[in-house]
Amino acid sequence: MKFERYGLGLIKGMTVTIQHLLRHPTVTQFPEQRLNISRRTRGNELIWSREKCTGCATCAKTCPQGAIEIVTATNLADNKYEVETYRVDTGYCIQCGLCVEACPYDALFMGYSFERAKYRRGDLVQTDDELLESPERPASAYFHPEIDEKLPKQTLLIDKIVEKRK
Amino acid sequence: MAIVDFIVQNQLPMQVVPPDWPGGYWWHWLFFTVVLIGFVLIMVMGVIYVERRGLGRMQSRLGPNRTGPFGLLQAVADAVKVLLKENIVPDKADKLVHWLAPVVAFVPVLMIFAVVPFQNGALLADLNIGILYVVAISSVATVGVFMAGWGSSNKYSLLGAMRNVAAVVSYEMPLVLAVLGVVLVAGSLSMNQIVLAQDIPYILFQPLGFLIFFAAGCAEINRSPFDLMEADQELVAGFHIEYSGMKFAMFYLVEYAEAIAIAAIITTLFLGGWRGPILPPWLWFIVKVIIVFFVMVWTRATFPRVRIDQLMALAWKFLFPLALINLFVTAIQVLVWPDALPWIVIIINFAIMGILILLWSKFFKLGWGRLEV
Repeated sequence: MKFERYGLGLIKGMTVTIQHLLRHPTVTQFPEQRLNISRRTRGNELIWSREKCTGCATCAKTCPQGAIEIVTATNLADNKYEVETYRVDTGYCIQCGLCVEACPYDALFMGYSFERAKYRRGDLVQTDDELLESPERPASAYFHPEIDEKLPKQTLLIDKIVEKRK
Repeated sequence: MAIVDFIVQNQLPMQVVPPDWPGGYWWHWLFFTVVLIGFVLIMVMGVIYVERRGLGRMQSRLGPNRTGPFGLLQAVADAVKVLLKENIVPDKADKLVHWLAPVVAFVPVLMIFAVVPFQNGALLADLNIGILYVVAISSVATVGVFMAGWGSSNKYSLLGAMRNVAAVVSYEMPLVLAVLGVVLVAGSLSMNQIVLAQDIPYILFQPLGFLIFFAAGCAEINRSPFDLMEADQELVAGFHIEYSGMKFAMFYLVEYAEAIAIAAIITTLFLGGWRGPILPPWLWFIVKVIIVFFVMVWTRATFPRVRIDQLMALAWKFLFPLALINLFVTAIQVLVWPDALPWIVIIINFAIMGILILLWSKFFKLGWGRLEV
């Protein structure tokens, strides 16, 4: 005789919900509290290094959206091949990370930030110096695990519950 | 006129005015009408807060916490928002019915509170048939709901309203039978007298009656798990799908006012009403109402919605026979052992409840050979 079928199941369910009521809720109040996201996230921006870039345009060829535009020129004075414009329309970017994986000179990184919404479509097009790494635009460790140590460890919601129970 | 003559000739007690009330009859009515409307409106805001926060925490969320301290003003913000919204009436709607429905639904709910005692003698009308009046009045709200469903000329709202009518008609019977058990023990139909008779809360004398009343009450006011008439996933919103603005606010108000009314009746009938130590009686009453409402929220957070055939089967195959047997057993107890020690009766009644629930769960079947509930 299974008592779950005779009303005990109802009581079991009720105890589960009351336990949920008494424990700490598993939520983050977003603008005030923030969780650290995964260190290898593919955030919604692209970090470009002017020093390492040789202008080979592998990234532009591999981009499935054709969002990367690269213009190169020969600098006859220095006898060098250099990048004139590097323009990414992040509105087309699907954060696939193929450009980062394809870059033979480690000049491209995915961004670590994720709050990069813009009010105007034109603002999504980023050119040259807007793409460089800066404290506001840290690079993610995606495909570059050596950056891992620079970034904070990911926090999980489950940690918050455990922390509250102690 | 015939009823009044009958009452006068038979010298039936009609205690309408408490003897020490200054100004007499009309002041009493005016005062309590204002108090009741204020009570219902404020309590609705309170229970909406309790429901949203409590339900949130049970689902591991926080619930509204941005508007005002601890989100206390969320109900006010929602009310303002809904009042400022455009009032849309469907082109093919029956305009008069559509317009009248919220009023017809709201007024009976408000009228229930007329006989609910806040403390000894503190009620609008101490009818000697108080609980009968409640049973009679509370069903009228269904007419409003059906008017809303019909008048909107929308298939979903009509389906929701039909389901509501079916549920109310079915669940009215176990509800009334459960009430009768209490009436037998108390020996009076007056709500005030029932509270005065409860030296021990009747939830102990009538545990089965309490469970039946709670389930049937939840079904009657269409709270989860019996909220079939506004089953969001099937019927979008049920009977009030075509309502917006102030009229929608009225239905929202009715939903929670009904829940408070059922909680108040449960408090009065089973939990000893306003009686309790230390705290003032009216505060005890409100505390008990909130506790009962919280249990409703708790069941809402826990149980999944039942199907329409399960809803009907539960009413007719489970609650109705149990309520009949409960009434029978109570009648025997009241007639044969009127002077039995209370704790013996309590133990017997709890034992009977356990045995009956086990037996009827064993017999309970749905449809054509479906074995498990």
